[in-house]
Amino acid sequence: MPRSTLMFWFAAAVFLAAVLLMTRLIGNEYPFFAGYVILQFIVLAVAWSILGGYAGYVNFGTNAFFGIGVYTAVLLIKAFGAPLAVQIAVAAIIGSLLGFGVGLLTLRMRGIFFSIATIALAIIIETAVTNWRFLGGAAGIQLQRPPVTAPFDSYVKMLFFVQALLVVIAIATTRTIQNSRIGRGLQALRDDELAAECTGVPTLRLKLLACAISGALISAGGAPAAMYLQYANPETAFNLNYSVSVLAMSLIGGTAHWIGPVLGAILLGTTQQLLAVTISSEINVLVLGIMLVLFVIVAPKGLIGLMRQFSMRAGGQK
Amino acid sequence: MTQLASAEPALLQIESLTKSFGGFVAVDNINMDVRRGERFGLIGPNGSGKTTLVNCISGALRPNAGAVFFASEEVTQLPPSRRARQGIARSFQIPRPFRSMTVVENLLVALDFASGRAVLETASHRRDAAMSILGRMGLAAKAGVLTGTLTQVELRKMELARAMATGPKLLISDEAMAGLSTSEIDEVLDLLLSLAGDGIAIIMIEHIMQAVMRFSERVMCLDAGRIIAIGAPAEVMANARVQEAYLGT
Repeated sequence: MPRSTLMFWFAAAVFLAAVLLMTRLIGNEYPFFAGYVILQFIVLAVAWSILGGYAGYVNFGTNAFFGIGVYTAVLLIKAFGAPLAVQIAVAAIIGSLLGFGVGLLTLRMRGIFFSIATIALAIIIETAVTNWRFLGGAAGIQLQRPPVTAPFDSYVKMLFFVQALLVVIAIATTRTIQNSRIGRGLQALRDDELAAECTGVPTLRLKLLACAISGALISAGGAPAAMYLQYANPETAFNLNYSVSVLAMSLIGGTAHWIGPVLGAILLGTTQQLLAVTISSEINVLVLGIMLVLFVIVAPKGLIGLMRQFSMRAGGQK
Repeated sequence: MTQLASAEPALLQIESLTKSFGGFVAVDNINMDVRRGERFGLIGPNGSGKTTLVNCISGALRPNAGAVFFASEEVTQLPPSRRARQGIARSFQIPRPFRSMTVVENLLVALDFASGRAVLETASHRRDAAMSILGRMGLAAKAGVLTGTLTQVELRKMELARAMATGPKLLISDEAMAGLSTSEIDEVLDLLLSLAGDGIAIIMIEHIMQAVMRFSERVMCLDAGRIIAIGAPAEVMANARVQEAYLGT
């Protein structure tokens, strides 16, 4: 195992241990309630960047995959009273199948056409769920949390830890892709799809793989939201804001490396949480828009691009 | 088939290939073959169907009718990536590098996906292989730079290097010399000749006649999607229809 991989898993273990420790030491639930959202956005942004960043296919249907995750959980809770781990696992499977299916239908389209197709997908699924009585329909559905399990003293703290675990899984997956030939293949097809094909890259297969993995992770990241809110309705679960936020986070962070979406999600997620508390939750979208415009103009390659620029300049002055 | 039975079977064989775009027939019922290691010149005026033919061979386009056989296997319906792995490589008329990558990374894409991964097991083996190809192309010094900073002739060589990294049996060079200076043309021509010396069949599409004459063992001239002459370079050049097609009566 290369040393960087060892370091990565060490850091991941430290991170999870710190999260676990926090849940024991901090009594107040609110930090976990707010932190959960930030962790959730890290999962979504990192997952989104697999297809949107490496392959360059801008998926506007994050909300479709997120909502599918939420409603898979709702269905499993309502029909079988399934535990959280099962909800997440099944959501990941359904998310990957959806990703694969959508990929087959739409990945032959390039650029803006693909993006529009993914928006359509979200609308179709939302409409279907809205008309599914068993899942509560348009009015939504109330959910009852089961009693919390062993090391945790509150359900929200447990969800926080679970989402932290999903962050590690999402980053590890993305990192593996980035460092493998799959990552190089995706990068090649983003640069020039025909040249990639003629150089031996099976572009359709790689795109389908990226779409399925990305979809699985987004749906998995969405599944715990059902229990987090103890309520689900189609309008919230399939809210286009998820797509816009995740896209903004990835682009603001930079998509050349998995750390980009992580930084973007932390930066924007924290800002959003602070604004939601101090001013109003409606102003979120405005700030998001302004930041996105600023970054597109000032730092089109995101925070990563900025950092590389600075380090190159510092290197040059030596 | 009976004719070929005695001789070695052709590396590339094209049977009754037709490709049309709407009502326009770009390639019209072409039959041709290329032998192993052959240096094959493909000429014809602009719009005569050269690039369309090449696109049908490399898989970028699917023909409307006819068949393409490569190393005795039919590849007519295969995507370009499968053909690349079987040994068909190409360069593009307008260079298409992977712009976000360095020169050596461009080659690593080919080594990662197309050619003998079984042989080049470790990443350092593949990097060595890429560097040796770059060395041969005279690009070793540029290995670490982004492709955006390359000059035109360097880009052409990079494309040939990337095509070589796929480990081809057939290399299609689509106007690799267009827009180059005389000395640069000689450089690229020497490179192609040395590659052909390794037993790689090369189809060279070119407008620069001296280069075609010097390079080719056989020349085929297309006009309006049809073969108007095929044979030894001097014969084809002397052909009245070829001269007519080029000079335009």
